[in-house]
Amino acid sequence: MCGIAGIIHKGKSSNVGGEMTAMLQALKHRGPDSTGYAVYSKGGAPEECVMRVKVAEAEDRDVGHGVHKLIADRIARVDEILEQHGAVVKSKEAPQEYALRYVLTHEGDTAAMADHIEEDKGTEILSMGNSLELIKDLGDAAVVAGAYGLNEFEGTHGIGHTRMATESDVDIKSAHPYWAFPYNDISVVHNGQITNYWLMRREMERKGHRFMSNCDSELLAVYTAHNLANGVSLEDSLRRSIEEIDGVFTYLVCTKDQLGMAKDTMAAKPLVLYESDDLIVMASEEVAIRAILPQEIDTYDPYDEEVRVWQA
Amino acid sequence: MASVTDAELKAMNQEERVTALGMRTEQLTGKSLYVEFDTEAADNFTYPWAPDVDFNKRTEVDCDGKTTTEVNRQIRELMAEGYGTIVLQNPRGMHSLGVGILSRLNLIIEGSTGYFAIGLIDGPNVRVTGRVGWSCAENMMAGTVVIEKNAGSTFGAAIRGGDLVCRGSVGSRTGIDQKGGTILVGGDTGALSGFMMQRGRMVVCGNAGKNLGDSMYDGTIYVGGDIKSLGVDAIKAELTDLDKAWLTRKLTQYGLMPDKGVDHFTKVVAGKQLWNYDNLEPNEKKLIL
Repeated sequence: MCGIAGIIHKGKSSNVGGEMTAMLQALKHRGPDSTGYAVYSKGGAPEECVMRVKVAEAEDRDVGHGVHKLIADRIARVDEILEQHGAVVKSKEAPQEYALRYVLTHEGDTAAMADHIEEDKGTEILSMGNSLELIKDLGDAAVVAGAYGLNEFEGTHGIGHTRMATESDVDIKSAHPYWAFPYNDISVVHNGQITNYWLMRREMERKGHRFMSNCDSELLAVYTAHNLANGVSLEDSLRRSIEEIDGVFTYLVCTKDQLGMAKDTMAAKPLVLYESDDLIVMASEEVAIRAILPQEIDTYDPYDEEVRVWQA
Repeated sequence: MASVTDAELKAMNQEERVTALGMRTEQLTGKSLYVEFDTEAADNFTYPWAPDVDFNKRTEVDCDGKTTTEVNRQIRELMAEGYGTIVLQNPRGMHSLGVGILSRLNLIIEGSTGYFAIGLIDGPNVRVTGRVGWSCAENMMAGTVVIEKNAGSTFGAAIRGGDLVCRGSVGSRTGIDQKGGTILVGGDTGALSGFMMQRGRMVVCGNAGKNLGDSMYDGTIYVGGDIKSLGVDAIKAELTDLDKAWLTRKLTQYGLMPDKGVDHFTKVVAGKQLWNYDNLEPNEKKLIL
């Protein structure tokens, strides 16, 4: 089933981390397996890049106590590759033993560096960007927000996802949001099923894009990244997807300063929308919106093939 | 029947009461009870276990901090105590509020609800001051439901009777599998509204999305605005004086009458050209196929 939610403040920052947590926790019944956030701040210095990396998955626990050495070795390997590519690490945190946050500067080929890091099996870059912080892990929103200190995150906009695993495993790599590798600050969450997934995936792979999971939602991130890299606007990419991607879907995309949504031709997946002059909130169910806006408000369901983009 | 007093009825258990009222019961499953009403007993078209409520007896229920089950249970307890007007406050998008009410009641929901609000009802008058989520009043049998703001998709799915009204706009697949009753929409409706409609009437004062009335078997859809496209086997029909009179009466009743009247409405019915409308019996079909 899965639940998705998004929020964007126009022209100001807010406690987006806390707001997203309240909404995603209200959607827990739609997807208890994992929870993910893509939240955006005004960003650090222009040359700085935040990189979120995970170096272990649930299956890695099978090695028993050796998992700690495995994780340490993989982290050391990431550090080594960053150094090889001339990246300067300004800070490095580990909210979880297997999940790291780097702030770095890098002037070379970021995509090549990201490819190199992911050559190590089990290591995956969750996101890179100047404004984007992408966090996803197993458990509900309260668990993930607590573990990663998200409840106090100040930012302009964000999207999130509660996942009920249907067509792929319960693990971090299959959790949403997906970063649009290797493009900075782009993330996607999706509710639905894409029925021409393999056809589209092969097409994207032939164009040189990489996939880290077998989750059909990852296709939307890669597809969006491909379009944006070829000069297509976010709004046009969303419109194009309704023609080219087959299946039932409602999905949300964030860039550094935008939030967009698209619904498939059947409007088969839900989305409730609240829109005011300075705040736009959307979620699979009204109960999530009411978790942060308990007062009387007007909401509505976007129709089939509807595409909207808002600016922060 | 006349020989049974109210006091005696109240002292009986459910099955005894059904028998005493001249109704035959049949246990279909562990939880289902089929009730056949005695057509001679004109005054007894309410379920025998329906609580005797007083509409002037009013109370409020604060949904804040309660689960859906707790709120719905409290509604039943209050009805058993004779409350005929119940106001739910602070619903804040809760799902499945007010479902399964099978007797007379004035239910007012102050705020907005989530999915499946007021489903499976048979008789109450309901007013929701906010918006409702997907599948509002699904399988409604009788009563009136009025939504003051917007509604989500599958509004009035499979309803069989009663009046279901949304003053705002509704989502997609409105009245899917509608089997009777009336759906009135003050604003627009989305794609595939009236899909597989079988009976009843749907009125949309605004615009209708694509594939309106797709594969409808029967029933009538009236649209005041533009229709993006008609579905398979849905056709336009002449708006008769009888249609206009009915539209005028219904829309006036709920304060939805457009300023320009009803002459501009488009009437959509089933073309009945699909394979299932031929006159062949199944065995004859087999011979041909």
